[in-house]
Amino acid sequence: MSPPSLLSVRDLAVHFPVGRRGLLGRPARWLKAVDGVSFDLERGKSLGLVGESGCGKSTTARAIVGLQRATAGSVQLDGVDLTRLDRRAWLPHRRRVQMIFQDPYASLDPRQTVGSILAEPLAIHGLARRRERRLRAMALLEAVGLNPRHVARYPHEFSGGQRQRIGIARALALEPELLVCDEPVSALDVSIQAQIINLLEQLRQRFGLAYLFIAHDLAVVRHLCERVAVMYLGRVVEVAERDRIFSSPRHPYTRALLSAVPVADPQRERERRRTVLRGDVPSPLDPPAGCPFHPRCPERERVADDACEARVPPLGPCGGAPEHHTACHLEAGLE
Amino acid sequence: MDTPLLSVRDLAVRFDTPHGSVRAVDGVSFDLAEGETLGLVGESGSGKSVTNLALMGLIPRPPGVIEAGSVRFGERDLLALAPEELRRIRGNEIAMIFQDPMTSLNPLLTVGRQLTEVLEEHRGLSRREARSLCARGLADVGIPEPETRLDSWPHELSGGMRQRVMIAMALLCQPRVLIADEPTTALDVTIQAQILELLSRLQERHGTAIVLITHDLGVVAGVADRVHVMYAGRLVEAAETHALFARPAHPYSEGLLASIPSFDGDPSEPLASIAGQPPDLAELPPGCAFAPRCPLAEEACRSGTPLLEQVADPRAAAPRYSACRVAPALLGRHAAGEATS
Repeated sequence: MSPPSLLSVRDLAVHFPVGRRGLLGRPARWLKAVDGVSFDLERGKSLGLVGESGCGKSTTARAIVGLQRATAGSVQLDGVDLTRLDRRAWLPHRRRVQMIFQDPYASLDPRQTVGSILAEPLAIHGLARRRERRLRAMALLEAVGLNPRHVARYPHEFSGGQRQRIGIARALALEPELLVCDEPVSALDVSIQAQIINLLEQLRQRFGLAYLFIAHDLAVVRHLCERVAVMYLGRVVEVAERDRIFSSPRHPYTRALLSAVPVADPQRERERRRTVLRGDVPSPLDPPAGCPFHPRCPERERVADDACEARVPPLGPCGGAPEHHTACHLEAGLE
Repeated sequence: MDTPLLSVRDLAVRFDTPHGSVRAVDGVSFDLAEGETLGLVGESGSGKSVTNLALMGLIPRPPGVIEAGSVRFGERDLLALAPEELRRIRGNEIAMIFQDPMTSLNPLLTVGRQLTEVLEEHRGLSRREARSLCARGLADVGIPEPETRLDSWPHELSGGMRQRVMIAMALLCQPRVLIADEPTTALDVTIQAQILELLSRLQERHGTAIVLITHDLGVVAGVADRVHVMYAGRLVEAAETHALFARPAHPYSEGLLASIPSFDGDPSEPLASIAGQPPDLAELPPGCAFAPRCPLAEEACRSGTPLLEQVADPRAAAPRYSACRVAPALLGRHAAGEATS
């Protein structure tokens, strides 16, 4: 048997109760934010999790780092199922998985110096003596391209891009094996975004990190991730190697998503044929029966198939390429 | 260009803050022709939104001060109008849509009430007359069951729907100018595609001129006729869209274009990025504000602010402008690059 993947997510589900009557009453309905997500991530590799708001990508990330309890399924780190651990048992595993957040303004304590922000995780995990911590903090600042002498400054003294670097340094403090990055560059200006993307790539090589990279910007994901999983309404609808996703996407939603992304080239942007999806993403409180994408699916105008409305399509191999999976009843008939 | 519809000259806006004064907009001039789309591009703090708030008379005073400039709209100078006169133009002849449709709709009023108010105010229609026009307005922007939607509350609508309501509201009086400030930034890409398609269809039908403020160069590439690039409160480049993307004439525009991850670049190559941070407006360097980050900066760039001047580009269909001393050399390099490739 091959050794277990660094991260192995199986049938992960996160459901939220909605409209509970009273404190102990039964919820009126369940919001299925994540509903049966599975994927693997190997050591030192990066997987992009993409999709639009409400598709469940951030909830998936939060369940993996333990910020959100899983309703069902498993999250295995090196073969250990984290969802079955209590808080105490989780602690030694927690340092192996760290997270970077979207908003560099909201995710740093404004009353702490950068030095103490970076030393805190070391203190919690008992990893360094007080004096060593300051040196470690300075080394971390250096690693993310900041001036180590700014260790006594407060977050407000840094710009947005620099604050995101501090967030990255904090995530690196415990020498994790896996970084879960939730939209780490989407709040940044374009010129700064490129700096942070380059930094993340450089750190990955230097420390042998694996990334689970959550983003709505497909071009950013293409730059950083070797594999990409596309989510829609709480499910993975397609997963494949980077080149397969971008050059031969199989799921109609992936195709529409790619065609909707504007490219910074006036000539191509004006000539391309674009699939403009009709309507909005349905509410996850009231998902459509069958394939969650069927009410907006452009392929259904060409091929009508009752299965789309009747059954949820399973994620299965497609397109003749190994490791390329999609969840579409019509896949075999697509061009 | 014939007589422009809207003509901004030497606009300067200052904000007096406890930490000192900052000039958010400094000497901005541009024209807008009927039916065209002008893209205004820049990063946070570049002054693109303040420019447009100023010409709509929406700068809070204090702390804002309009120091200089004029905004000609037909016979009138918008900056010299009394608030009452400006209010008759705003929402009527010039309309605006904002980035966040949740905070720009009143949560305490139904969609219908907010829409009919516009027509009652500007057109003096009765509520019933206004209601039927508003239902048609909602249908035009692709909202299903418009009659029912008039009775919805903003919180009952999705983000895309709310932005459609904002657009319907902005277009009710068939404005001649529409200022769209990051209209799709808060939306998902598939919804963004719908809204951009809608805007260009409505523009074709009514001949509305659009100022599109955005940080997304991809959006600009798709819809703008001309692009103006702002940096640290000033216009640094102005050109027809194709020319700007093919041959940027300012190192900042060039840097911006290069730092966008693309769908066909080699992902194993690091992205080109612009070094350093955007400047603090309270402590602008002497000379060109971009010089500290500019790979082409020369000693002379660090003294004397470069003005936006025409640069020769024989291949461009329209005159183009750059506020950079080395712009001619930059254009020459692009030309050489194209010749060899």
